[in-house]
Order: sequence, then C-alpha cells, then structure tokens
Amino acid sequence: MTKTITIDGKTIPFEEGQTIMEAAAAAGVYIPHLCHHPEYAPHGSCKLCSVSVNGRSCTACTFPAMEGQEILNDTRELNDSRRRITQMLFVEGNHLCPGCEKSGNCQLQAVGYYLNMLDNHFLHFFQPRQLDASHPDVLVDRNRCIFCTLCVRASHRDGKDVFAISGRGINKRLIFNSESGLLKDTDLDVNDRAAHICPTGAILIKRTGFTVPIGERLFDDKTIAETSLDYERGNHDG
Amino acid sequence: MKQFIQDLAEKHNNQEKQLLQILREIQACYHYIPEQAIEQLSGLLSIPRTRITGVVEFYSFLHLTPRGQYELLISDCITDHMRDKKDLTGYLAEKLNVAVGAVRKDGLVSLDNTSCTGMCDQGPAGMVNGYALTRLDRDRIDRIADLINRREPLAAWPADLFYVDDTVAKPGLLLKQPIMQGAALRAAFKRGLKATLAEIEQSGLRGRGGAGFKTAMKWAFCTGEAQSERYVVCNADEGEPGTFKDRVLLNSFAHQVFEGMTLCAAITGARQGFLYLRGEYLHLYDRLQEILHQRRQAGLLGSNILREGLDFDIDIHLGAGAYICGEESALIESLEGKAGIPRNRPPYPVTHGYLGKPTVVNNVETFFAASAIAVNGADWFTQVGTEKSAGTKILSISGDCARPGIYEYAFGTTIQTVLNDCGAMDVLGVQMGGPSGTFISNQEFDRKLAFEDLATGGSVIIFNESRNIFDIVHNFTHFFAHESCGFCTPCRVGTSLLRKQVAKIHEGHGSAGDVAALEELGRLIKGYSHCGLGQTAANPVLTTLERYPELYQNKLKKISYEPGFDLDGALDIARRLAQRDDAAAHLSQVGDHD
Amino acid sequence: MTDKVKVATVSLAGCFGCHMSLLDIDERIVQLADQVEFIRSPLTDIKRCTDCDIGLIEGGVCNSENVHTLREFRKHCRILVAVGACAINGGLPNYRNYVPLEECLGESYLDGIGVENPHIPNDPELPLLLDKVYPVHEVVKIDYFLPGCPPAADVFWKFLTDLLEGRDPALPYELIHYD
Repeated sequence: MTKTITIDGKTIPFEEGQTIMEAAAAAGVYIPHLCHHPEYAPHGSCKLCSVSVNGRSCTACTFPAMEGQEILNDTRELNDSRRRITQMLFVEGNHLCPGCEKSGNCQLQAVGYYLNMLDNHFLHFFQPRQLDASHPDVLVDRNRCIFCTLCVRASHRDGKDVFAISGRGINKRLIFNSESGLLKDTDLDVNDRAAHICPTGAILIKRTGFTVPIGERLFDDKTIAETSLDYERGNHDG
Repeated sequence: MKQFIQDLAEKHNNQEKQLLQILREIQACYHYIPEQAIEQLSGLLSIPRTRITGVVEFYSFLHLTPRGQYELLISDCITDHMRDKKDLTGYLAEKLNVAVGAVRKDGLVSLDNTSCTGMCDQGPAGMVNGYALTRLDRDRIDRIADLINRREPLAAWPADLFYVDDTVAKPGLLLKQPIMQGAALRAAFKRGLKATLAEIEQSGLRGRGGAGFKTAMKWAFCTGEAQSERYVVCNADEGEPGTFKDRVLLNSFAHQVFEGMTLCAAITGARQGFLYLRGEYLHLYDRLQEILHQRRQAGLLGSNILREGLDFDIDIHLGAGAYICGEESALIESLEGKAGIPRNRPPYPVTHGYLGKPTVVNNVETFFAASAIAVNGADWFTQVGTEKSAGTKILSISGDCARPGIYEYAFGTTIQTVLNDCGAMDVLGVQMGGPSGTFISNQEFDRKLAFEDLATGGSVIIFNESRNIFDIVHNFTHFFAHESCGFCTPCRVGTSLLRKQVAKIHEGHGSAGDVAALEELGRLIKGYSHCGLGQTAANPVLTTLERYPELYQNKLKKISYEPGFDLDGALDIARRLAQRDDAAAHLSQVGDHD
Repeated sequence: MTDKVKVATVSLAGCFGCHMSLLDIDERIVQLADQVEFIRSPLTDIKRCTDCDIGLIEGGVCNSENVHTLREFRKHCRILVAVGACAINGGLPNYRNYVPLEECLGESYLDGIGVENPHIPNDPELPLLLDKVYPVHEVVKIDYFLPGCPPAADVFWKFLTDLLEGRDPALPYELIHYD
C-alpha cells in the first residue's frame, strides 16, 4: 500500500526517504523556496518552505515525509509569514531590481511576486557589501547574496570549492577560495555549474545581461510556482 | 611562524577536526590568525582556505586582524551592567588610552565587550588573553592598566586578579553528598550496566540543560544504534547569561562529572568522550587535564577501566566565544572543528552525532547527577522533587540579592523560597532560565521550579524595583543579535531587526504601531527559526510585553508614526561639509502635523 | 467640482517616470478626470498641498526638502501611497547609499574632473542631503504601495478605480513588478 500524507487536505503519496518538499513537488504541489534545489542536498536555511506539520512548524525541504502527516502549506498565515521572511531578505541585502541584470529571471523577485509582496516593510540595513568584477567571465555582487549556499554546494560538487560563507549572524559574507580573496584567482570557470545556480543576481555571467527583452523573461508570463514544478517534472522525466 | 604552525598541526595529527583547537593556539600566540597561517594550514590539513577563514570569522575569540598583546574583554551580561560595567569600561578605556572595540596604536592592548563570561556572582568580570578577571573595580582596573603599561607578562600578574570563587551558598541532595572517586562505576558494574540504566530510567532524571529530555532514554537510543563507534559528549558550553553552575561543578566536582561520562560510556559502549569547555573557562583547563590524568592513574579512565574491560578516554575541547555552541548539534559541529551552525534534524545526534556516529550529549549537571544516582539509587533521587521533575536543580543566582551564588533546590520549590534564601528585597521580577527563558513578575513568585512550571537551565537573575525593564530587554536582544549564527533568515535578520525596534522604543522614539510591530516580529522569529536560539530570541520581548503591556504603551509617543532612524543625525555629514548650522540645516524628528 | 476625489502627486528623489506612467493610462485619463481633481501636482503646477483624499509619492527621500514635502503630504492626504521602486526602497538613487556622502560630494564639488572653484555648496536656500536615500515608509506612515519602475499604467488604473469604487485596492499577480 502506498504511504500518504495530506497537504492542505489533498492526499499525496510519498516514497520512503522523500522529504515533504520532494513528495509535494512530485504531486504538483508548489511550496515556496529559495535555498532548496532538487539536485542538491537540502540546506533548510531560507525558511520560506516552512509548513505546518501536525501543528508544528517544519522546513519542507529537510523534513522527511511520514505516514499520516497532516500538512498545511498554502494558508494565509503561512504565506503572510513567508512574505515577511522574503521582506527580511530584501532589507538585509541591497536588492535594487530596476538596475539588476537578473530582473525578470530572479527567484527572489519571483517569490516576492508570488507572495504578493508590495513593499519591504522593515527598516533597510543599507550595509555596503563588496562587488567582485575581477573574473573575466563572472561577476559577483554580494549586495544580492541571500546565503542560500547553492553556489557553495554546486562548487563543492564541481570539485573546486570556490565559494564559502564566512562570518556570523548579520555579518555573514560570501568569500572566494583564492589567496588574494579575488574571484579571478579562484579555479572558477564560466561553465561551472556554480556560476549558473544563483537564484538571485549575486552571481552573473558577464556580457549576457538584458539579452532577453522584457516580456519574454522567465517570470514575465509564468509564476515561480509553474517554473519550479516544470523544472522538477523535467528532472524526474529526463 | 612556519615551524610553529607545522609543529602545531602535527601535534594535532594534521586533522581537520582539530581546526578550532589549532586556531585557538595560533590566536593565543600571535593575537590574530595571520593570512600566512591560513595558507599553510590549508595545505597541512588538506582543506580549502575558505574553511579556515569561515571558522575564524565565526568565533568571537578568533580574529583575522591583530588584537593587542593584551586582549581585554569585558563581560556584557546584564548583571555586569547592574554593577556599573559601563562606567568601569569607560574608566578602563581612559586609563589604557584605547577605545572600546579598538586596538591601541602601539598594538599593546585591545579592548572590547564580550557576552556573559559566567562570573555573574562576582562581576563585573572580564578576560585578559582568555583568562577570567573577576570583581573589577577602579582599584583593580588601575592595577591592570599599570601591569599592561609595564608590559608585565600575564604569568607574573598577582593571582588575586584571577581568583574565581565557588560560592556554594546552599547545597542540596547532590552537592551535600558528592560521591567517592570510582564509586559510581563500581556500583554500576556491581549492579550490572543494564540494571544501572534501568535505575537511571526509574530516577526520572531529565536533561539539566533546560530542554529536559529523559536521560536514560537518550542513552538507550544511542545504545540501540547498530553502529559500533559511539561518543559521549559533556556540554560545558555554559553560555546562557546568568549561568555559572557548571563552572562550579567543574572546579569543585570534576571527578563526579567525568565519572558520569564514563558511566554513560560503559552503558552505551562509547570509547571516546569529549568535554566541550566554553572558551571563557580557559582558567579551568589545566586543572581539568590534571584530574583526567589522575583518573587514568587510578584506573578510572583509559584502557580496561576498573579491570572490567571498559576502554574509554576523555578529551577536552575548548570553545572560542559562540553561545550557539550550547545547542547540541552546533556543539558537535564545533567539536568537528567547524563553525557552530546547528544541523537539520532529523537525524538527531543520538543516531548521527559526532563524525556522523551515535552520540550522547548531556549537560555537566546531568552527568553529575547520573553518577550520584548510580551510587545512591533511584529511590534516593526521587525522594525529592515533583512527579514529573524528580530530584533537584542547581541554580546560579545573581543580580539584586544579598548572597549570589550556587543554590540547589528540590524541584517544586517556589520562587519566593529561593528569593528569601538569597536575600532578595523589593523584587521587580526574575529572569528564569536566562534571556532565552521567561521573565516573571513579582505577582508570580508562588510559581515553582519544575519542568511542568518554570523550566530552567539554572540561570536566575533577580531585578529589584530600581531596575528598568527596557534596559534588561535591550541588553538581551542585543545579546541574541550578536550570537545568532546567521544560518536561517528569521533569526539572522530578525534578531537584528528586533534589536533596532527595541532600541527605538527604549530611546523614546516609539509611536503607535511600534509595539504591534515588535510583537509581530517576535512571533515570526519564534515561530520560524531553525533552532532554539532563534526560537527563544524574542522571549525577552514577548514575556515582558505579556506582563507589562502598559509599560510598553506608555513608552510610545501619542503620534501615529515616527521615523525609525535619527533624521537630524542623517544631516550631520552634509551640515559639516557645508559648514552650516542655520535653522534650515536641521530637521525635527517628528513633523508638526501629528 | 466639490464631490470629486482630490488627488495630489509629487516626485521626490525620483525621475518623474512614475508620473509619465500615470499619463500612460491614455484615453482613460478623460474618464479619470470626471471623478478626480488633481490639486498639487507637477501635472497642474500647483505648489502647495492642501487637504485631499489621495497623495501619490514618487521617489525616495534624499534631502531635507524631501522630508518637508513628504510631511506636508502626510499632513494633508487621507491616503498616502508610495509609488514606484524609489519611494519603496530608494530605487536607483539608493546606489549612493554605499558610498560615503563625503565621497559623493567630494567627487561632485571638490575633486571631480573639470571642477572649477571647488567648494561644497553652502547656500542656506539649498536643502542639505541626508546621509542616505531613504524609502518613504521609513519617514512617514504609508498606507499603500505600488511597486514597479515605473508601475505600469494599469497599476495606477487598477489602484485608483478600486479606491474610487470603494473596493480595498489589490493588485493581481500580473501587475506586480519590481522593475
């Protein structure tokens, strides 16, 4: 007999070892997320995928699906909290969409749209963060880093460990593995997965910005829920 | 330096998991971690240099830029503030001609604040090059400044500056009757290990760190794992502000604590144990090593313990200034030489702990109590306490009372009894369990010490009527923002936002919506944070807001809105550059309309 | 005239792009004009804000004059709306927030290429710059936010018609953009 959980009252099958996020995605249920990526070990840090499991708050990307779980996901309360958490990310970093090449293809922005986020609500930190344009093909703008560690995870799998998160608390920062501390002196190659996995505009490939006109960008006509589920489906089938 | 680093790495077998210990020694020698050392270590330990930088930047006691040859830190606990810490730090800064947070130009001395150093019964406290300084006053500061300016080596400083008192003001069941060396192990082997686990189970002993998980159950889970390699870890990262009982237990009763760990090893089959000692307790390190040595000599540690075929030894790992490492999975990460970032759970440490192996992590007091139970039996332990909270709790009492120190009480004791015993008068309220616990008002002193009522890791800070709630809340929210590991969004960003919001109200700039915003933010951090730190970081706000809503409301201006930053201050730079000070060059904080 | 809804608009540290976008509602502006009277606005060139129903604020707060204007609006407008990226988070002018103000002014008036008679302007008539460009919600209470750079004409239309027809203003998914 297939094991099942319910999400917002809908019965969803799962396989032993799947997380709630994986079971949900396989069943076509979108749970908002930023640090989760189906190809990498879950991190559980952004907390956007927080769901209520039998009344207790859990991160769907790390928490195992277990028989009989009653899960709430698409509720007003959870989405309100997720919007606040997204706003925290916006005021912590310096996210100026109109001047960002990633605009329209940015997952942080798209999650904001999905959650009906109209403003940043909190006081802005306005902390200066360093930009590194030293690499011939890749630019890193730390102002847009949300500490999801996807580049760290990807670069580890690339066998290069180019990226790491250093520091503590609100003073965290993205650092590079080179004696000079500059990106150009790392082993990063433009074809590395790590250079392409950033959900925001923190890691950009040079000379590729604004090539897709407004109106045709990733999130111009599709929601992040649709693109995310499409991606998961493509991953499963292909 | 090259030889030093090489020898050091070799001493630690070039093992990555020793990274934090290695870095501590480099910091102690050079007063920072030179870039060169990072490069060299990266090669010797075969790890990316970013791994090393990441660790250095995580721990408060490690630095990428040089500190003074005398690194002075002053404890920033609320109890230190209650004894004029701020004035004293100012005086010290003046005496030494160094700003707080800075290094003096000649590189001789640096001065900064640090989170509670666990000397709340003998503060204001501080540290010099990692060694505790107690009972700071102007006279002592004069002496310290003089010693530093004369470049007197630390070893030649008078011992009284470092004297740490073990004030056991009220011993109870456990402290009155410490066990004889080896008694718990002998009793356990005599009774049988399974029977001893059953005895601990029957005693109802629950974790003394605050969370209260059943000790026997934790040990049994660990034992039940198929893995043959297991570990026992004693959590002596006593970082909750206001707590210092573990310091006293380790100074006066270390044998009994180590015996509890060995007992746990005998039952679970672990061969290696660790005492994770907070960096602030460096002064205990040599003494504890000596006790471990004695125990090996006495056949109570090492191979074939008591000739019962038990092999077990204990290493001491020092922390480096990170409250988060009191969280058990962060502590394990730190033991592995990493930044102390709490892991995702499940899996739990009892199945996947140190190096991924089953690991028991217990508080100092838990091991201390377990060994007494092994000797005296469950019935002896359950003769006191309540049905759900057997035995006694050791409290660290500080703040406004005549006799701060260590007190041991049977669970079920009322707070009023505690207050009477320590000589607390005109009490406004009590912070139970430290900043992460609960603030109780003077209407609640009939409440009881118990897991089912007021659970506490042992921190009890008393405030009298002269204290200001906002000073307290402000200090605590600052503490959490400083100590957040930064892993998850709600805690990383939320604790800093909370600090700003509390400061705004505290400084008298709060307006109508600000308390509601504060509460919403608090609930968000509590509800969605990754670990216990974030989940409790808003407690100082939420528990005082619940008890003193009128206090918060009265603090608000009768206007609908006030900016969250200093508007006129935001014109400072432009005023200075344009050399203007006319009326139009200023802004009022609030417009004339509201 | 008197039963018309009164609207005031202003551009603080903005580029007037949001105002242009408002005009992009094209022929619907005729319909709007039946129901709405613009008082203080660059569209009317009226300089002072008097009591009105809706105030639309474009741009962030970069100097003392912006603060005074914003407060004047808050005082007189029943509903105050932050319009566009600059009002909401400082927008592009916010890029100066990561360069110390000393350096900004130094580059412009002291050390920059081609600067003659180097001095920082100090005429009391000139508003002083704030250390940073602030979003309007950090200075006064804001009731609604219309994101976008600029918000599309349809955003203005939807928002204003919602208000005029007594609905709680809400933006559908496709109208929410931060760029």
